[in-house]
Amino acid sequence: MSSATIPNTKPKYEPKMGVATREAYGQALVELGTINPNVVVLDADLAKSTFSAKFQKVYPERFFTVGIAEANMVSIAAGLALAGKLPFASSFAVFLCDKGYDQLRVGAAYSRANAKYVGSHGGISIGEDGPSQQSVEDYALMCALPGFIVLSPSDEFCARALVRRMAEHEGPAYMRTGRPKTAIIYGPDDTFEIGKAKQHGDGRDVAIIACGLEVNYSLEAQALLAGEGIDARVIDMHTIKPVDEAAIAKAAEECGAIVCAEEHLLDGGLGSQVARAVGKSRPVPMEFVGIQNTYAESATPEQLMEKYGLTAPFIVKAVKAVLKRKSRT
Amino acid sequence: MSTTADVTTANRIESIAELKRLANRLRIEIIKMIGTAGSGHPGGSLSEVELLSALYFRVLRHNPKDPQWPDRDRFILSKGHGCPALYAVMAEAGYIDHSVLSTLRKMGSPLQGHPDKRFFPALEANTGSLGQGISIGCGMALASRLDKKDWHTFVMSGDGEIQEGQNWEAAMFAAYHKLENLTVIVDYNHIQLDGFLKDILDVSPLAQKFEAFGWRTLEIDGHDFNQVIPALETARAAKDGKPTCIVANTVKGKGVSFMENNPEWHGVAPKPDQVAAAVAELEAAAKKL
Repeated sequence: MSSATIPNTKPKYEPKMGVATREAYGQALVELGTINPNVVVLDADLAKSTFSAKFQKVYPERFFTVGIAEANMVSIAAGLALAGKLPFASSFAVFLCDKGYDQLRVGAAYSRANAKYVGSHGGISIGEDGPSQQSVEDYALMCALPGFIVLSPSDEFCARALVRRMAEHEGPAYMRTGRPKTAIIYGPDDTFEIGKAKQHGDGRDVAIIACGLEVNYSLEAQALLAGEGIDARVIDMHTIKPVDEAAIAKAAEECGAIVCAEEHLLDGGLGSQVARAVGKSRPVPMEFVGIQNTYAESATPEQLMEKYGLTAPFIVKAVKAVLKRKSRT
Repeated sequence: MSTTADVTTANRIESIAELKRLANRLRIEIIKMIGTAGSGHPGGSLSEVELLSALYFRVLRHNPKDPQWPDRDRFILSKGHGCPALYAVMAEAGYIDHSVLSTLRKMGSPLQGHPDKRFFPALEANTGSLGQGISIGCGMALASRLDKKDWHTFVMSGDGEIQEGQNWEAAMFAAYHKLENLTVIVDYNHIQLDGFLKDILDVSPLAQKFEAFGWRTLEIDGHDFNQVIPALETARAAKDGKPTCIVANTVKGKGVSFMENNPEWHGVAPKPDQVAAAVAELEAAAKKL
């Protein structure tokens, strides 16, 4: 996308910056620990990075670091849950999901353990550490585990609320959090339910369905598109599984064209979930913004999001592509 | 120690002679179950019979009439393929009717090919992918301590299973966190699917490895109730901050001469004539007990 196609009269979208969703997770754990003495928190030598260290500081007797041993941590959390505790286990998403996958499968999903897993530093926006630390497949992995709910909050308020919803939900759950600070999209009074998307605007030209950091880029794209007379709605699909089929069907019906945006490989993530729901309701043209069958590299988060096609101009481009196909149908 | 809700009077078997007769009967059931199912793992089921019998009829605090009793001891069969023996023991204890044993591995049966608590809720954890049981046991032992309870967690692992690296993550964790309320029993029958451990990846010296990781270790003959019961009771009573590993030397296929120490019987079901021969041998042995 060249900058020449972006209109000069940039519509206003200047959100305030808040804290990272990983930091909101740490805050939420402390709040949860205060009201629920059954909460136990585990980490695998990344507590300062995942922000579970906030819980450790307040409730050291209910916090356990397992050392650098993610598989063990995942199974210990399952054991705690099977014995009636409410464990939250966190690490970098890539280590938690990829190294702990068989343990997540057998100990948590298959055993139906009421254990909660939170993977931080999701996506490529972790930046300079490079692909070994960048989780670009966690949605796909976790969606493939029967019974798991899969969450990807877009800002601190969404993250805090979803930690509470995860705790209330009976069954295994996964949430991705991110490294960079995020724009503030919601406020303390906004409510969130598992499996119920949040809609921004009721545009009928196109629906942009996004999760995580991509929600903010989608809102930016929405403003850019408005400047060109294209009326888009943005749907924050913070719950990737179970995906909000009703919101998707409504979007397909009312807009007739859908763009999905996610900081994840295009295989098996949000786009796949949405496409299946669209196919079941009212098939409409779709385009997909995501990482294209590759690992990324070391650079700043901003450079990576740009290079790998995840920023607002790429969403705008995808909208224009889908609108061309919509006009033919 | 025992309370009224412990192993019920009806279930507790004091006599060693009676336990031996029970073990013999269970072996016959195991052979018949796997023969009827047409698939399964006889070798590692037969090697663990005394260990499981001692647990369920002498050591475990449990109540088959109330399987979800919160203060029960937990038992995890990490070597999930050995479940026919566990199912036979749990039937004898009263968790299921003996008639259910013939449904092993059949559609709709609570007795799945590997332990599955979705179908048999009295099981504590789903297993079958080796190497996870000790870690799950660590979680349960932590839960017991956090809740200030004195229920104990027992995990049975296979010896080949010990090759999985996750066991050693769990071994470090349990010792570091002083999980004296966790006991691992290794069914050391020296054979895994492809052959003898010594020819594949030897785990010996096993007790020394666990000791080096900070565990108390007890090496016993896993078929001798006079060694199995005291070892399990010692582990159950531990208050010194050390988890216990019982290295139980056993014989794969124990009790059926053509199966004993033969890797071929790790995961193959006996055919009807072989079932008949095995049962005849075990029934003959029963007369001497």
